[in-house]
Amino acid sequence: MTATMPAAPRATGGTAPATAPAAHAARHRVQRVLMKGNEAMAEAAIQAGCDAYFGYPITPQAELLEWMAKRMPEEGRAFVQAESELGAINMALGAAATGARVLVSSSSPGISLMAEAMSYMAGSEVPVVLINVMRGGPGLGSIGPSQSDYFQAVKGHGHGDYRVPVLAPASITEAMALVADAFELAERYRTPVIILADGILGQAMEPVELRFRTPERVDFDWALSGADGRPPRVVRSLHLKPEDLEVHNRHLQAKFAAIAGREVRSAGEHLEDADLAIVAYGTAARVARTAVARAREAGLRVGLFRPITLWPFPSGALAELAGRVRGLLVVELSAGQMVEDVRLAVEGRVPVAFDGRTGGMVPTPGEVLAALRALDETAGPRRAVEGGAR
Amino acid sequence: MSVAIPPGARLIFGRPELLVDRTTSYCPGCGHGVVHRLVAEVLGELGLGGKTIAVAPVGCAVFAYEYIAVDFVEAPHGRAPAVGTGIRRVRPDAFVLTYQGDGDLAAIGTAEIVHAAARGENITAVFVNNGIYGMTGGQMAPTTLIGQRSTSSPGGREAGLHGYPVPMTEMLAILPGVVFAARGSVVDAPSIGRAKAYLRRAAELQLARKGFAIVEILSNCPVGWGMTPQASIERLKEVATVYKPGVIVDRAKEPAPAPAAAPAAAPADAEPAGEPAAGR
Repeated sequence: MTATMPAAPRATGGTAPATAPAAHAARHRVQRVLMKGNEAMAEAAIQAGCDAYFGYPITPQAELLEWMAKRMPEEGRAFVQAESELGAINMALGAAATGARVLVSSSSPGISLMAEAMSYMAGSEVPVVLINVMRGGPGLGSIGPSQSDYFQAVKGHGHGDYRVPVLAPASITEAMALVADAFELAERYRTPVIILADGILGQAMEPVELRFRTPERVDFDWALSGADGRPPRVVRSLHLKPEDLEVHNRHLQAKFAAIAGREVRSAGEHLEDADLAIVAYGTAARVARTAVARAREAGLRVGLFRPITLWPFPSGALAELAGRVRGLLVVELSAGQMVEDVRLAVEGRVPVAFDGRTGGMVPTPGEVLAALRALDETAGPRRAVEGGAR
Repeated sequence: MSVAIPPGARLIFGRPELLVDRTTSYCPGCGHGVVHRLVAEVLGELGLGGKTIAVAPVGCAVFAYEYIAVDFVEAPHGRAPAVGTGIRRVRPDAFVLTYQGDGDLAAIGTAEIVHAAARGENITAVFVNNGIYGMTGGQMAPTTLIGQRSTSSPGGREAGLHGYPVPMTEMLAILPGVVFAARGSVVDAPSIGRAKAYLRRAAELQLARKGFAIVEILSNCPVGWGMTPQASIERLKEVATVYKPGVIVDRAKEPAPAPAAAPAAAPADAEPAGEPAAGR
């Protein structure tokens, strides 16, 4: 089977050279090491069997590219620093069209440039994993952490009717696990997958357990390898006849429905007895966790609902939660993006408040606690309006 | 589809095995059909049909995969050299071919072609230059000649207003990663023969892992130019006085003058910069 077997040798966790601390640790499995999120995600990709990485320098994800620049050649795998994010994502398209396991990474402005090829890859069903280490926007914005690319990631980025799975880690350890999961999802469904991190997750150092996973290779019957002994294959998004494109789009929509049905993920903390809950992902969830602890010390029964897949969005679990709490507080490093999906999910059952900071600013637990207190006062026990004062 | 040859007869002209027996979407008189045929002939003669991964552009030739029977991936507009780079880096044994028009390569894809060439990617770039955007209805391209009318230069291209035509292949040829750069034409049979020889040379250099090669082929666009096919061929002769056919550089064959951009220490016939890419 040649279609999925890249010519570059595939490494296993135990063969990395001793020069790389992570790989060294990997040999003596489950050592805890202090790593930057960017570096940890990069090494997780290598250990997940990533055959090729293409990138372009941009803060705050540059360490990811630098890690790959050193490690990928050590493993005999492909690394190219492209001329632009356009170049990088299209190199990814080419490599992935041959069945290779491919990673690209960037930060917000660079992701905008990649939107074109993301649409092509969604249309031509090419699996690739894209890490966005989000920074403040719009425009050149700031290099501070942000979650203001939620709309871009979840609502489609490029043109056309398509969705891609979006995974949102809240710790470096989780980010490492999600890298392997992302490759698996990408290959299972022939789709780009986005890992939506932020500047803090990329830049912060945490002790991480070096647990790696290499997803099994899928036998692709579509990948390009040269038409030796079989009819030629074409990887394309063009279907010029409207009738044909509609058939293709129906196929894509059925796939998206299957993903939405099977791949939703979320996590909950202290939700069992909660009568208020925070909804937050990524770094905002870290802040929220501290706020939840303080709120509970202050006597408020608050829990944390954390979406792990932003698309498919855990609407069902949120709707269920909305049936047993008095109110929800959405916390984001944005002016309020995911909050729209939360409101859609709960369909007005409970008040949905929002607290966020933008531009690279991060809300403090104290700010979130204040927002919780405000929600506590306004949410109240539901009152019957029938027959009420006019 | 093969035709039975009667006893005593000999086939002197047939359809190349890799050229699909199908009516193309190209306009009557368009040169793309000729270039497709040349590509199919060269790939077939070198036995590359089973190991080629080709990249189709956006433009009239987006349908190349319908007519040339090899594996194809369709690139976004202008990005074929980046897509080809990605293939090259994970498939060292594949034959990688990109096929682009002049709007695709010389306008929106300028960065991608320049940097693939600068890296010396071991790929073969086919560049069909008909001086116009054909698929969208005949707009001005970077390659459109001064004075040439198009739907977006209705009064004719003016240097002061639209800038000058871009000689892409000469520009690329100064890069040390480019092992071979040549310009052919579909204007007449001898020119078509030379164009095929350039394509074959470029392909052989890729097989020898010598680096990036580009073959520009001047072509006609009767509909976009607003001419009969015959008049467009006459016009193509004038085009060839501006974009002169011939080998622009062949660094594998003979020492060329050191290009301005190359380090002085690097001999012109040294391993091209792209050589390390091979085998990755």
